[in-house]
Amino acid sequence: MSKILVVLEAGRARISSEALAAAQVLAGLTGLPVESATVGNAQVFAEASGQPIAGAYAIQHPLLEKYTSDGYVLAFEQLIRKLDPAYIVFPHTYQSRDYVPRLATRFGQVLVSDITGIEAGPTFVRQLFQGKMTGAYSHPGSGPCFLSVQAGAFRAAEGQAGQTTIEAFTPEITPAQIRTRPGEPFRGSAQTVDLGSAQLIVSVGRGIKEADNLPLVQDLATALGAELAASRPICDNGWLPMERQVGSSGQTVAPKLYLAVGISGAIQHLVGMKGSQCIVAINKDPDAPIFEVADYGIVGDLFEVVPALTEAIKAAKA
Amino acid sequence: MKIIVAIKQVPDRDAQLRIDSSSKWIEESDLQFALNESDAYALEEALQLKEKSGAAGGEVIVLTVGPERTGQTIREALAKGADRAISIACDDLGSRDALGVARLLAAAIKTESPDLVLTGLQSEDLGLGQTGVILAELLDLPHASLILHVEKTEAGLTVKRELEEGWFQEIQLPLPAVLTIQSGGNKLRYATLMGIKRAKLKEVRQLAAADLGANAAPVVVLDRVALPQKQKSTQILPGTAKQAAAALVEKLKFEVRVL
Repeated sequence: MSKILVVLEAGRARISSEALAAAQVLAGLTGLPVESATVGNAQVFAEASGQPIAGAYAIQHPLLEKYTSDGYVLAFEQLIRKLDPAYIVFPHTYQSRDYVPRLATRFGQVLVSDITGIEAGPTFVRQLFQGKMTGAYSHPGSGPCFLSVQAGAFRAAEGQAGQTTIEAFTPEITPAQIRTRPGEPFRGSAQTVDLGSAQLIVSVGRGIKEADNLPLVQDLATALGAELAASRPICDNGWLPMERQVGSSGQTVAPKLYLAVGISGAIQHLVGMKGSQCIVAINKDPDAPIFEVADYGIVGDLFEVVPALTEAIKAAKA
Repeated sequence: MKIIVAIKQVPDRDAQLRIDSSSKWIEESDLQFALNESDAYALEEALQLKEKSGAAGGEVIVLTVGPERTGQTIREALAKGADRAISIACDDLGSRDALGVARLLAAAIKTESPDLVLTGLQSEDLGLGQTGVILAELLDLPHASLILHVEKTEAGLTVKRELEEGWFQEIQLPLPAVLTIQSGGNKLRYATLMGIKRAKLKEVRQLAAADLGANAAPVVVLDRVALPQKQKSTQILPGTAKQAAAALVEKLKFEVRVL
């Protein structure tokens, strides 16, 4: 129980690097050294870790070539029993969400998931109520503490020259232990809208209430010359196609202007747009989490504000 | 197929939240509660699986844990078409961690030996997104998470799993199994008047948390709830809709330079 183990995810260099940065914050508070592990080869370490790490474990097994929760739980269970870390830090990805709660349960532990901060204690901060509140968690029990780190919450680890020695770790896994058969990933519908390259985006959320009200926001987008986007509930309802969805399950955007209309700003949405240069939010709730990242805000009824804004933009462009 | 859907009652999405005097949770006394959104999709998936199985039939059982107010959410699920319910009475839900809550649910599920257990992907209050996956481990069953579509096959199930940034994946798994359901896979149904009437006659099995023998001390503790800190200082544009709109146009023109 004398180290921090950070788990890097292949193909997810940025968030893996942020998990490493979080582990380093934790190291600063606890005085414990950081080691790292990944399923895969040395390249994963090179991509994610700017800084040399004392111990690096490359978990290798033919049965881990395709991700399965059963395979990953078995592999990490064996590595954790071998290394006996006090903390294990994961990037919060769709993959870690799928297997880490199960892995933690195997140790009688609970994953403190998608943390956005680490404070003295250590105390782990994460969002509650879709971002309307934050919660501070502690891990008073004995045994390893499992953490996963939300995207964008920690600045990626800075690059530095140095030597990382990589040790191969081969877990014992038999084919019969893997109960699921994963298929190859595929894209949904043909992507015809590239929100990623849009300079101006008007995005609409639940506040619009009904599909019949969408033209209101479409008019604003047209007046501005912006692409129309949406938060997940709008696409879930089928009011706009999935390809217009911004957020962790949709597209990540970084336009010059992101104008959020009736979007409360749950973290799943914020991770997809908070890199925008200027964020404007129109929302009736002054406490909506979207205002935490907005540069300009209008607190009011979108059904009054949006038509007024459309007219004002038309007038300014005329 | 016998399907158990674990559902959670959460504060209504539009509710104004206030931190309670202990600073450890929110004031619940005057709150409106509702069925957690992704749990509603899990229930919908279960009902559709039963309907598709036709003559083979099956059973959809909803399961929840919490104080007396959860009865309202159970009735809503029964009105939508669940066949019966299991309600675990528990007034100290907040002092249990995700594993503690899952242990209660698992103990109740074991008494039913279902073919399939569904949960929503995550709750709108705590948002941990773990209950289903922990349940799978406690029940020693295979699982798949973030599922949008479920199809019964000869060998078990083929499910469509959501990956990040518009990617998907199909996974085959044997039964019994646990799935966590992502929102948006189906269109949610409303309870009909007939459904609401029938719900009153359906069985609700009452269990007490104390009887389920799952009272381990929590390993993680929520010590404090707070309002989030702003990452940016937002400039709020005041006035009427028209005044605010005019002020924003000025900003877009001269500060942001997009007009």
